[in-house]
Amino acid sequence: MKKYISFFRLRFSMGLQYRTAALAGIATQFFWGFMELMMFRAFYQADSAAFPMSMSATASYVWLQQAFLAFFAVWMMDNEIFDSIVNGNIAYELCRPVSIYTMWFARNIANRLSRAVLRCFPILAVAALIPHPYGIGAPADAGHFVLFLITLILGLAVTVSFCMLVYMLAFFTISPQGLRILFTSAVEFLAGAIVPIPFLPDKIGRVLELLPFASMQNVALRIYSGSMDTDAMRQAVLLQVFWLAAVTAAGRLLCKAAERQVTVQGG
Amino acid sequence: MITMKHVHKSYRIAKRNAGFGEAWKSFFHRKYETIHALNDVSFTIRDGEMVGYIGPNGAGKSSTIKILSGILTPDDGTVLVDGKVPYKNRIEHVSRIGVVFGQRSQLWWDVPVIDSFELLKDIYRIPDSQYKENLEELTELLNLGELVRSPARQLSLGQRMRCEIAASLLHQPRILFLDEPTIGLDAVSKLAVRDFILKQNKIHGTTVLLTTHDMQDIEALASRIILIGKGRILMDGGLEDIKKGNRDIDETVAELYRSYDI
Repeated sequence: MKKYISFFRLRFSMGLQYRTAALAGIATQFFWGFMELMMFRAFYQADSAAFPMSMSATASYVWLQQAFLAFFAVWMMDNEIFDSIVNGNIAYELCRPVSIYTMWFARNIANRLSRAVLRCFPILAVAALIPHPYGIGAPADAGHFVLFLITLILGLAVTVSFCMLVYMLAFFTISPQGLRILFTSAVEFLAGAIVPIPFLPDKIGRVLELLPFASMQNVALRIYSGSMDTDAMRQAVLLQVFWLAAVTAAGRLLCKAAERQVTVQGG
Repeated sequence: MITMKHVHKSYRIAKRNAGFGEAWKSFFHRKYETIHALNDVSFTIRDGEMVGYIGPNGAGKSSTIKILSGILTPDDGTVLVDGKVPYKNRIEHVSRIGVVFGQRSQLWWDVPVIDSFELLKDIYRIPDSQYKENLEELTELLNLGELVRSPARQLSLGQRMRCEIAASLLHQPRILFLDEPTIGLDAVSKLAVRDFILKQNKIHGTTVLLTTHDMQDIEALASRIILIGKGRILMDGGLEDIKKGNRDIDETVAELYRSYDI
């Protein structure tokens, strides 16, 4: 276990050194958040009763989403991993007494965590100063806040275990581009990154709630502002745990198969 | 002890001629060729031996190294390294060997080399005292000094290579596989690396299997030479066996390749 923790530490401290990238990220996320809120504002002004979440809950959702973008953005996959598979540097990783799956998992968590740590606080601080209902509100209550933190971490883990599937599949396809585009665009929509899941038509929403993608950002961001009832929260957390276990197991199986038939490219 | 018996490994390669028309044709009907990278390869290396593994480009040298280090699975045949099958239990196997791939990098690009070393210490579970001792020894012999405090990306090829070799030896492996370890090194670094490998063998009895195109490496290091061509072992013997008169080692080897038509 210790080796994976030190691996995590190295990646985490590595991520913290990219300061300019963090500043650029913060600026982008602010801009994006404002754009999204303007759009929602227009909709709410037309008929605020037609929406399943209040304007202020939606605003909290958007700001949290921007603050923790690095946790949940599936498109932020690790290029070094793809490169090492494509050009054969994977050879060295296979020469180390570590499980490839666990090592890459730790590395992805570390990357995402370090990025989020640099970005989330300025965004949250400023969003808290924006007047109601366009800023981020206080959490519904202390219980909701604790549950928010738990589901945030679970969501991060589900997101990473999903990315792991894509890395593993890249072993079999030579070029990872197609897989990446397909998976990231599908997941963006299905996870509620473009429009929160409750905004989708009822029947579609109910199906999406059961899929692994809803266990990524959807749960934590909605629990924060209290727009889930107790039953829904219980079900959502159980689903998160279930999907984390299932997707991780599938990834480990794929990893085994990949290791068995790996071809190291390029001599 | 390393044994390979009747080992086969083949790759399927898509081939086509140049040009757009050919590319279009191969979209619908692709022709594959099977390349026998290893064709019935057998040899045994005893503990503490230093073996030069030579052959022209594409002969199967790297495939052999990758099979021995547990990365590739052979199609057929038996492979034993210290009585264990490398690709069966990869994690256990690789903790006892050291590998250097001259064309690749194992150091983490953006952090000082010493951070990579510290991580390797945890990965291989090297005890503190042993780590310190090994690091001191490696630093001195490979002349690393200040190098280890710079990020890997800012080192020159030769400097990085010396760090790579140190990284592969921190855990004091009993068996060392070197795949072109002196590629791109200047004269001083080359001599340092050779000297170092010799010392490792002498002091720690490390078994070394070395592939290279630099025949001076072979001359300096290997007491035994295995020649591979087109996936077959063609010769297994000492340096004296191939040397005729006072000819230069490069010429000798070129002559050898020609005589086997590889």
